Amino acid sequence: MTVQQRARVRTVLRLAGASAITLLFVFPIYWLFMISFKTPEEIYSFPPKWYPARIHFDNYAVLFRDGDAVTVWNSLVVAGVSTVIAMFLGTICAYSLARFRTGGEHLANWIISQRMIPPIAVVFPIFLLFVWLHLVDTYIGIIILYTAFNLPYVIWMMRGYILDIPKALEESALVDGCTRWQVIWKVVFPMCRAGLFATAIFTFVFAWNDFLFALVLTRTEATTYTVQITHYFGGQSNFWAKISAMSVLGTLPIFIAVAFMQRYLVRGISLGAVKG
Amino acid sequence: MADLKITALHKYYGTVHAVRGIDLEIPAGEFTVLVGQSGCGKSTLLRTIAGLEDADQGSIEIGGETVNHLPPRNRDIAMVFQNYALYPYMKVFDNIAFGLRSRKTPKDEIGPKVSAAANMLGITHLLDRYPRQLSGGQRQRVAIGRAIVRNARLYLFDEPLSNLDAQLRDEMRGEIKRLHQELGKTMIYVTHDQIEAMTMADRIVLLRDGNIEQAGAPLDLFERPATKYVAGFLGSPSMNFIPGRLTAEDGELAVRLEDGPAFALPPDRAANLAHRRDQAVILGLRPEHMTRAHPGDSRGGLVRYIATIDLQQPTGSRTYATFQLGGAAVTAELQAHDATGINQKIELAIDMNRAVLIDPSTEKVI
Repeated sequence: MTVQQRARVRTVLRLAGASAITLLFVFPIYWLFMISFKTPEEIYSFPPKWYPARIHFDNYAVLFRDGDAVTVWNSLVVAGVSTVIAMFLGTICAYSLARFRTGGEHLANWIISQRMIPPIAVVFPIFLLFVWLHLVDTYIGIIILYTAFNLPYVIWMMRGYILDIPKALEESALVDGCTRWQVIWKVVFPMCRAGLFATAIFTFVFAWNDFLFALVLTRTEATTYTVQITHYFGGQSNFWAKISAMSVLGTLPIFIAVAFMQRYLVRGISLGAVKG
Repeated sequence: MADLKITALHKYYGTVHAVRGIDLEIPAGEFTVLVGQSGCGKSTLLRTIAGLEDADQGSIEIGGETVNHLPPRNRDIAMVFQNYALYPYMKVFDNIAFGLRSRKTPKDEIGPKVSAAANMLGITHLLDRYPRQLSGGQRQRVAIGRAIVRNARLYLFDEPLSNLDAQLRDEMRGEIKRLHQELGKTMIYVTHDQIEAMTMADRIVLLRDGNIEQAGAPLDLFERPATKYVAGFLGSPSMNFIPGRLTAEDGELAVRLEDGPAFALPPDRAANLAHRRDQAVILGLRPEHMTRAHPGDSRGGLVRYIATIDLQQPTGSRTYATFQLGGAAVTAELQAHDATGINQKIELAIDMNRAVLIDPSTEKVI
């Protein structure tokens, strides 16, 4: 074999390996999507059908007709609003920690340690507190909780990004006529835009995927889609059609968010990894 | 009226006393260079003037107004930073226009002002680029453009050339000096480079350990240093210091080196120093005040010494020759072809009119 042939074989083998691994990972998602488009007969048929005879949206229509789809909206509201609040508060806290050394050496470490508390350890005390405050099963209640739980992560991440911004950029803006708030708006935000997006996505995903808090702290009004899915697991039978359709609805926003912001996500995660 | 007046200024970083009671007045239109070794407090002083650091004691007045309590944006200053501090996400035009926009300059005035500044610095063709597309020298021009586009009362430069290579540094030095002449503004320039200080300044303020060691016109400091530190700091190669003692030799006052010859002082200097006879002194000789002796050169104050050259460093136009004198390694700056070669003897004429005598106990020039 010539060198070129050997290189070609190596490329083919590599591609084959990569394809096999990709298939392995994509299959569950493929299966989830396919089930959601199948009729009940197709879902339960054996041997399993790899794809439905005809794409049909009845499983989704049921979710909207019964009002179950509103739980996706609930998820969107609580995850979206809590992300915005956590990003805003977290970034200004991070700025304070990074630039004014607020709380000295150790406050930042203490803050991130809060993120490591197992949720199950605090969920029942929080439940009792929420009962007392009449916050159970309200948007506000669950938004406050997600914000509080995400803040340490946002502060920790943003502090790192802000520390990477050369101080002289901010000082130059201060001399050039900006207030501190304007410096944050005109210099800090643009400088760590990639970091902001990456952090926001992770914050959003945490709230979007949360199950435990939503299970304990919501009933009917603020139920999120993760909790709603569990309603379809019955003692007698499981409603696979609804489960899959709801799961697809729950997965789509994450797909869309990541697809749109992939550029920032990759840059944000790798930002600061290499000192320029 | 002074554009800047600093009175009894102190600045601490924790337990470090960075600025120790500085008094300084800078008249309008002057180019002042704050110079000193790293850690002498020069950058701290500049940053305190800018309001980027708070003064712990003392007052700072800009244009007659005390500004201690004012944030940087209200001090009517513009500043150029060492690492350029350009916003990487803005084009050159927007970088230069940043300060104007922050100060709500009417939109139709921004374009012409930016163009004028860019024109002055020869960067008009770069206005549409991002900072990452520029070379170091171009970036520094943009940074200077961002300062001069604003009509500030005080312009502050914090080691703006130290990131540039030597050739570019020479070029920008001239450029900044030319800008000062054209704009006629008060400028304060911080550097650790004594050549920058000498070439650019109307007045040098030499700082040491948070205090002003000496301030004055560059040539005044160079020719009439007040202390050993100033004498040694300015000049390249730096001044030679040789320990000795003032003695009477054949009725004339002379400096007898600890381990070597005695050099007679010129009569006028001897008269002033007669009361210090038998006291220890340090003899300070600048390399350029030692030349190859020519027969028949009998100017007053010249003393002769035959040296054996240990080390010879030609620079092209001059040659530095190092030899032992009075127990110290001494460097003379000779004409390019005057040096005779290593281990060769050379007769030098030392100009004692220009020599500096220092009291070793106080390190002050006497």
